[in-house]
Amino acid sequence: MSTDTPIATPFASRRGVRAKLGERFAPYVYISPFFILFLLFGLLPLLYTIWVSLHDWAPLDDVHPFVGGDNYARMLSDPRFWKAVANTFSIFLLSTVPGLVLSLIIASVLNNRSLRVKTFWRMALLVPNITPLVTVTIVFSSIFGRDYGPVAWVLQVLHLPPIDWGATPFTTQLVIAIMVIWRWTGYNALIFLAAMQAVPASLYESAEIDGAGRWASFTQVTLPSIRPTILFSVVTSTVGGLQIFTEPLLFTSPTGGSNGQGLTMTLLVYGQAFNSFHFGYASSIAVALLVIVLLIAGVNFVLARLIRSSE
Amino acid sequence: MSVSRTAALSDRRSRGSRRSSRPQVSMFSYAVLVLAVLGCLAPLYWMFVVGSNDSSAISRFPPIVTPGGNFFDNIVAIEQKVPFFHSLVNSAIVALSVAVLQMFFCSLAGFAFAKLAFRGRSALLVAVIATMAIPSQLGIVPLYMIMSGIGWTDTLQALIVPGAVSAFGVFWMRQVVMGSIPDELVEAARIDGCGTFRTYWSVVLPNIRGSAAVFGLFAAMGAWNDFLWPLVILNSPENFTSQVAIQQLRTGYNTVDYSIVMTASILATLPLLILFLAAGKQLVAGIMEGAVKG
Repeated sequence: MSTDTPIATPFASRRGVRAKLGERFAPYVYISPFFILFLLFGLLPLLYTIWVSLHDWAPLDDVHPFVGGDNYARMLSDPRFWKAVANTFSIFLLSTVPGLVLSLIIASVLNNRSLRVKTFWRMALLVPNITPLVTVTIVFSSIFGRDYGPVAWVLQVLHLPPIDWGATPFTTQLVIAIMVIWRWTGYNALIFLAAMQAVPASLYESAEIDGAGRWASFTQVTLPSIRPTILFSVVTSTVGGLQIFTEPLLFTSPTGGSNGQGLTMTLLVYGQAFNSFHFGYASSIAVALLVIVLLIAGVNFVLARLIRSSE
Repeated sequence: MSVSRTAALSDRRSRGSRRSSRPQVSMFSYAVLVLAVLGCLAPLYWMFVVGSNDSSAISRFPPIVTPGGNFFDNIVAIEQKVPFFHSLVNSAIVALSVAVLQMFFCSLAGFAFAKLAFRGRSALLVAVIATMAIPSQLGIVPLYMIMSGIGWTDTLQALIVPGAVSAFGVFWMRQVVMGSIPDELVEAARIDGCGTFRTYWSVVLPNIRGSAAVFGLFAAMGAWNDFLWPLVILNSPENFTSQVAIQQLRTGYNTVDYSIVMTASILATLPLLILFLAAGKQLVAGIMEGAVKG
C-alpha cells in the first residue's frame, strides 16, 4: 500500500492543479451560453442588418450589389414607410396612456390589506397576459365585427349605424390598442401594486397628519414613490409597443389592410422581407426602427437619471 | 404618568378606529375589481361560446351567450385543413425544451453572477442587463439568412436554440439565488470538497427548485405564444407550431370561419390556462417579487 503513495501523489497534485484551473474558469463557462447565443442569434443579426441594408439583396440571387444609402433614400420617400411610422406611434399612444392609467387605478384598489380573496383578483387579472397573442387578436376581431358579434349588436340596440372597425385607420388602431390594453393592464397593475406595497407606511401616516385626503396622498405620496416603476413600465411598453406585429397582421392583413390602416413598422419589415423578398429594403426599415427604439430608450435613461438625481 | 398613558391609550384607540374604518374596502373598490375581472374573462368566455358552436352561430342577433355542442365536430373540420394536433405537439416540444434549457442555463449563470467571484463580474452583469433593451426581433432578416445557411429553416431547433437562454432569465435567477442561498451554504459545500458545479447541482439547484419552476413556466409560455419567428422560419404544415397553424386556418378564405378558428384557439389556450390554474399563484408572486427588486 505504502508503495502506491509516491506514484499516486503526483497524479493527485496534477489533477489538483487542473481542478484549480477549472475552478478559475468555471464562472466564465457558466455565463458563456448566454453570451454565445446572444452574439450568434442577437447581436450578429442586428449588425448584419445594417450591412444588408446597404445592398440590393434578393434572397435567391447570387450577387447582392452594394447600393449605399439607396434603400434609405427609398424609405424616406416611401409613403408606406411614413404611414407605418405614424400608425405604430398612434397605436402605441392609444394603448399606453389609457393602459397605464387603468393599471394605476386597479393597482391602487388592490393595494388594501383588508381586500378579500386577494389571490383570486390577482390571478384573474393576469389571465389576459398568459393568453397567446394570436388568440387575443382572433377573439377581439370577432368581438368587433361589422355585421355580427356583441359590439355590432349593442350598436344596433342603441340604433347606431354599424361600424366597419377594420376599414378606417382610427377604428383599426383603436381595436388594436384595445387588444394591447386588455393583455397588459393586469400585468402592469401587479407590477404597480408590488411597488405600492414597498412604499413605507410612515410616509402615508405623515401625509395623513398633514391632513391629506385619499386623493392627495395618492398624488403626493404614492405616485412619486413608484415613479421609477412607472418609468420602467413605460420603457418596456415602448420597446414592445413599437415592435407590434401579431395584432395588425391578424386583424387586417400581411400588408396592413387595403389602405395600410393597420400597417406597422415591424409588419412592413416582415412584408418587404418575406412577401416581396426585398431583404435590403426590409433591413433599412429595421435599422430605422432600431434607431427609434434606442433613441427612446436613451431618452428614458436620461429621464431616469434626472429623476434619481433630483431626489 | 397616568396622563401620558391615557393619551397613549386614546391615541391607540383613535388609530384603531381609523384602521378599522380606513382600510375597509368600499363597494366602489369591489365594483372596479369586478368590472376589471369581467373585462379580463369575458373575451375568453366568448371564445368558448363561439368555438363550441357551429359556424352560423356567430352571426346570430342577439349574440349567443351559451356554449354549444359543436366542439368535436369543429375539431374534425380543423384536422381536415391542417394537422392541428401535431402542431400542438410541436408547440409542446418547443415550450418544454426552451423551459428546461432556460432553467438550466439561466440558473447556472445566475448562480455564477450571484455567488462566484471572478474578474469582470459586474461589467459582464451590466452587459447582460443592457442586452434586455435591445429589440433583437429587428434582426429577423439576417437571422433567417443565418438559419438557412446552417440548414435550420423549417425545423424546431431554429425556435429552441436561440431561445435556450435569456438575459431576463439570467437576471431573474441571479436575484433568486442571491435571495435564497446564504453565502455560508456555498462556503460549507466548498469546505466539504465540492467543486463549483457540484455546489450548483447539489446545493443551489435543490434550494431554488420552486422559483426555477416558476421561471420555467414563464419561459414555456413565452415560447408557446411566440408567433413572428415561427411564422417566418416554418413552411411545412407538419412543422407548424399551434400559433402558426391557427394563422393558416384563417387564411385562404374570404370570410373567416370563426367557429373552427376559435376551436383551435381554445385548444391552443387551454393548456396554458390549466397550467395557470395550477401555478398561477406562484407566477403572480414571482412577477411581483421581480418588480420590486428590478
